[in-house]
Amino acid sequence: MTVDATVALERVPRLSARFRLQYETAQNTWVLLYPEGMVKLSPTASEILRRVDGKATIASLVESLEQAFPGVDLRADVIEFLRIAQDHGWIEP
Amino acid sequence: MDGSSPERPQLPPPLWLLAELTYRCPLHCAFCYNPLDYTKGGAELSTAEWVRVLREGRALGAVQLGLSGGEPLVRDDLEELVVEARRLGFYSNLITSGVGLNEKRIRAFKDGGLDHIQLSFQDSTRELNDFLSSTRTFELKSRVARLIKDHGYPMVLNVVIHRLNVDHVPQILEMAEAMGAEYVELANTQYYGWAHLNRAQLLPTREQLVRAEEATNRFRDRVGSRMRIFFVVPDYFERRPKPCMNGWGSVFLTITPDGTALPCHAARMLPGLAFPNVRDESIEAIWHRSEGFNRFRGDGWMKEPCRSCPEKTRDFGGCRCQAYMLTGEAENADPVCDLSPHHHVVTEAVERAREPIVETKPIMFRDDRNSRRLAGEAPVQESV
Repeated sequence: MTVDATVALERVPRLSARFRLQYETAQNTWVLLYPEGMVKLSPTASEILRRVDGKATIASLVESLEQAFPGVDLRADVIEFLRIAQDHGWIEP
Repeated sequence: MDGSSPERPQLPPPLWLLAELTYRCPLHCAFCYNPLDYTKGGAELSTAEWVRVLREGRALGAVQLGLSGGEPLVRDDLEELVVEARRLGFYSNLITSGVGLNEKRIRAFKDGGLDHIQLSFQDSTRELNDFLSSTRTFELKSRVARLIKDHGYPMVLNVVIHRLNVDHVPQILEMAEAMGAEYVELANTQYYGWAHLNRAQLLPTREQLVRAEEATNRFRDRVGSRMRIFFVVPDYFERRPKPCMNGWGSVFLTITPDGTALPCHAARMLPGLAFPNVRDESIEAIWHRSEGFNRFRGDGWMKEPCRSCPEKTRDFGGCRCQAYMLTGEAENADPVCDLSPHHHVVTEAVERAREPIVETKPIMFRDDRNSRRLAGEAPVQESV
C-alpha cells in the first residue's frame, strides 16, 4: 500500500450539499437528486454512499462493508468509487 | 420496445411532475411557451386539489417536482405546497422570474424544504431585460439573485436566448459569474406558444448561434467546473429532431393550472385529442389508461420515414407539437429531421432569419389582452 492510500483511508467524505440521497420505492433503487436531475445508483454505489455520513472515515466505511459482505476485499473498489464520486461532485473530501 | 399495446405492464413512472400552478404572471415575455389562449382555461386548482395531485403523483413514483406557471409566486399557498412536497420526498424546483420573492418567503421555502430555485433573466442589460418581459424587473431580479445566494441555495440562472440577445452571451455569462451562479442554462428558444407567434423576430441566424456557442466554450475553458453551463441546442438548426420529452408519456407529466394533465406543456394544441383532468380522474388512471397519454406511446402511430427508421428508438420521431404546427399533422416526422419531406419549412425559416427584419408584424407580448384576442374572444388588432 502506498503512503497516499494510507492517508486517504483516514479521510472523512461527506455528501455534497448539492445532492440528496434517497431510496425510491417505485424504482426499487437508491438515487442522488440534484436540480432538475437524478442519478440512479447501482447496488454497489448505493451500499457505499448510504454509509457516507460525514462522520465515518474511509477505513471505517470499508470495515462496515466488509462486515456486510464477508469474504471480499473491498478496499480498492471503495477507494476507486469514492474517487469517481468526488469527480462527479457527489461527495466532498 | 413494442408500443402496439396501449397498456403495458412495464410502463415507467412519471419521474418529472411539472405543476403549472397558475397562468397569472407579472411578466409578459414575448417568447413564453404558455398557450396563446391561456386566458381560456378553467378555475385554478385549490390547495387541497394540488396536495392530492402531489400525493398521487409521488405514489406513482414521481420524484422531481417543478413548481412553475405563469409565475408560481403569485400563489399564496406556495409555502404550504413546498412543505407537502418535502414531506412526500419530492426534490422540488421553483421555476421563477423572481417577482414576488422576498426575505420572508425565501426563509419559509428554506425551512419548508424547497430544494432549488431557478431564476430567469431575459438579458444582461436592464434595457433588453425590461423590454423583452415588458416590465421593469432587472434591478429586482438582481436583488433576488443575492437573496438566493444568501440562503444557501445553488444558483441556477436561466436565460432564454434568441435573435435579440444572442450576441450578448459573453456578457450574460459574465453577469452569471458575478452573481456566483453554479449552473447557467442558455436556453435557445423553442418555438411554441408565444415564441412561435413571434418567430420571425426571435429566430437568430446560424452565424449568430455559432458565435454564441464559441463564446460559451471559451468561457467554459476559463471557469472550469466552478460554473456548469448548458447550451441548449436550438433544434431548428439541427438535422435530427430532439427526443422530445424523452418519449411521449414516458417521463413527463404536466398539470396545468385548471388541472388538465398533459404529456408535455404544449400538447393541448393537438387537435382531436382529449386530455384528462385531475378533477375527474386519479393520476394513476391518467398515466396508465387515458387516451391522451397512450396516443403517441411506443411507435405504432408512426408514419414513414419514422416507421422504418433505425433512429426511431433514439428520437421517437421528435416532437408531436412541432410536427403538427409545421406540417399540419401530429403523426408526421418532426420536420427538423432532414429525412422528413417537410424539412424545407424549417430550413426556409432559418434562411429567412438572414434577412434584415422588416417590421411587417410587431412583436406580440404575452398578456391577457393579446391572449383573449388570439383566442377569438376579441378582435385581433395588433398594436404595441
